[in-house]
Amino acid sequence: MSESEKKKAQAAANKPAVFGEDIDLNKYVGAAELPPYQPDPSRLPARVKEDMLQSGVILDDSSQRSGTYIQMDNAPIHSSIRQEGIEVMPVSQAREKFDWFADYWWRAVAVDTDKYTAGVEIGQHDGYFIRALPGHKTELPVQACLYLSKARLAQKVHNIIIAEEGSELHIITGCTTALHEDPGIHMGVSEFYIKKNAKVTFTMIHSWSPEIAVRPRTGVIIEDNGVFLSNYVLMKPVHSLQMNPSAKCVGENATVRFNSVLIALPGSNLDVGSRVLLDAPKSRTEIVSRAITTGGNITARGYIEGNAPEVKGHLECRGLIMEGNGIIYAIPELKGTLAGIDLSHEAAVGKIAEEEVEYLMARGLTRQEAAATIVRGFLHVDIAGLPPMLGEQLKHAIDTSEKDVM
Amino acid sequence: MLEIQNLSVTVEDREILHGVDLTVGDGETHVLFGPNGAGKSTLLMTIMGFPKYRVTGGRIVLDGQDITSLPVDERARLGIGMSFQRPPVVRGVKTREMMEACLKEKGDGETVTNLAAKADLSDFLDRDINYGFSGGEIKRSELMQLMAQRPHLVLLDEPESGVDLVNIALIGQLMNDLLQKDCPMRQRRCMGLIITHTGHILNYVNARTGYVMIDGRIGCGADPHEILATVKEKGYEECVRCLLRNTPEGKVC
Repeated sequence: MSESEKKKAQAAANKPAVFGEDIDLNKYVGAAELPPYQPDPSRLPARVKEDMLQSGVILDDSSQRSGTYIQMDNAPIHSSIRQEGIEVMPVSQAREKFDWFADYWWRAVAVDTDKYTAGVEIGQHDGYFIRALPGHKTELPVQACLYLSKARLAQKVHNIIIAEEGSELHIITGCTTALHEDPGIHMGVSEFYIKKNAKVTFTMIHSWSPEIAVRPRTGVIIEDNGVFLSNYVLMKPVHSLQMNPSAKCVGENATVRFNSVLIALPGSNLDVGSRVLLDAPKSRTEIVSRAITTGGNITARGYIEGNAPEVKGHLECRGLIMEGNGIIYAIPELKGTLAGIDLSHEAAVGKIAEEEVEYLMARGLTRQEAAATIVRGFLHVDIAGLPPMLGEQLKHAIDTSEKDVM
Repeated sequence: MLEIQNLSVTVEDREILHGVDLTVGDGETHVLFGPNGAGKSTLLMTIMGFPKYRVTGGRIVLDGQDITSLPVDERARLGIGMSFQRPPVVRGVKTREMMEACLKEKGDGETVTNLAAKADLSDFLDRDINYGFSGGEIKRSELMQLMAQRPHLVLLDEPESGVDLVNIALIGQLMNDLLQKDCPMRQRRCMGLIITHTGHILNYVNARTGYVMIDGRIGCGADPHEILATVKEKGYEECVRCLLRNTPEGKVC
């Protein structure tokens, strides 16, 4: 990391984020005892493995994954690969190994975005580096888990993901915690670089607890014919989550799709958006958000900006208020800067339509079965291009969360 | 047997049906005519049990059981099925899922794939229910779901509206299948009550009796083809005059 980045970070150390509650970082500690490295992750305690499994990270059967990275609190405890052409390692190791590493460090996310990016730069606790070499495609997903177990810890990670030309990377990331009553904060910077004709699917399942604050900061750069598919599922209560990943299409025909499924249980405060800049001709995007509240608050944002000829973008935000005093605030935004672009959005917030419930009841479903069927349908987003295994994982995560909702 | 006895129904505090009597025997198909706003759909929705349609008098009896106060789903499980005139779109819920739920109740060996092929809807199973369906596709989908449900009493609200002439034959075929028209009358158990505006469907489905409903009252139990011919020739004004002669108050509401 350069001196200028350090200086920028220090200057932004107290800069609040544009959106979301301003978290007092002084409440948290920056360091904890380093956990031991674990060459065989299946030997981790059963409770830890169960927590991770809830977020889609499988440790008992490594044959289901092309590679694995696990970080506990502020240190990596395991990284391994099972497929040639795929690299998985701690970011600290990648920095030592590759002389070009600096070309990808703070290039997709600005170090001085806010105090959370600055905090990651100043007190970084490693993170994962995942790369597919040119032309290589993951046969099975790579998995990564960022696990928070120490009370009051501020976990600060910086991840780099690179899909070289013509490669394909499928990644499943689970972020979870052992903490149930103690506070903690997860601050994660993720920078994605999708080269020409490459594809990345990134499925992130968050499973936090009611005292945790979460501030991910994500930037994605997509070159010609590159594809980035992001699927985000938040299934458990979280004290405060604010994220607004930003993707920039710099190559012709680049494609981005953000899907998010958010469930705000009582006490949860979510401010989640996606932002796409269509800066290259014929680039396109779709942002699809599904939000359900059973008492928590959700701000669902979406922003698409069209800055090049023949770009196309659609934003769909739908919210369902189940009961209680939950609030859903949908903010779809479109900005076009030249003629010939095609941007659109649709947003709807409401309760389950009684007419739909009664229609299903007329087919013999009980009221509860009808409502559950509608909620399940609402949550399941059709995701083109997702490998079947990840699709199953996503479905499982959503089915699990459906039980909390109903 | 379905027996509607002196049924009065209000919707949002306005009385729509005023003492309707109607009996449909096992295996019989009856047809209901009437101008817009006469209360035909209200009658079907009330038989199905939708809470918006509040029964203020009379009762509905199915096979000897008073079902007037049963909820919709229990009526469906007792064997009442309905094809809606304008069913809602249910986003995210696939047609296949709906079919599987309907079949689960019956488990008579029929498969979703077979039924979809019969209704020419094989490519629609993985689409959200009614989302982006044309008028004809909606009607076929409704009948396909009913074929999975296999109700004992079939309520069809304008099954031919919005259907082109090519598709109406298929609709008729599905209705005949549903109403067991290939069985001899003695063995047929399925009852049907059909609302039709145009009467086109009578070219494809045999119905025993027709009625005209005017302003929430039923009159003129007669051959449905004769009723249709009268309506075509003289309009519903003649039916109003007929009802005026036959209602005790001497007036139609």
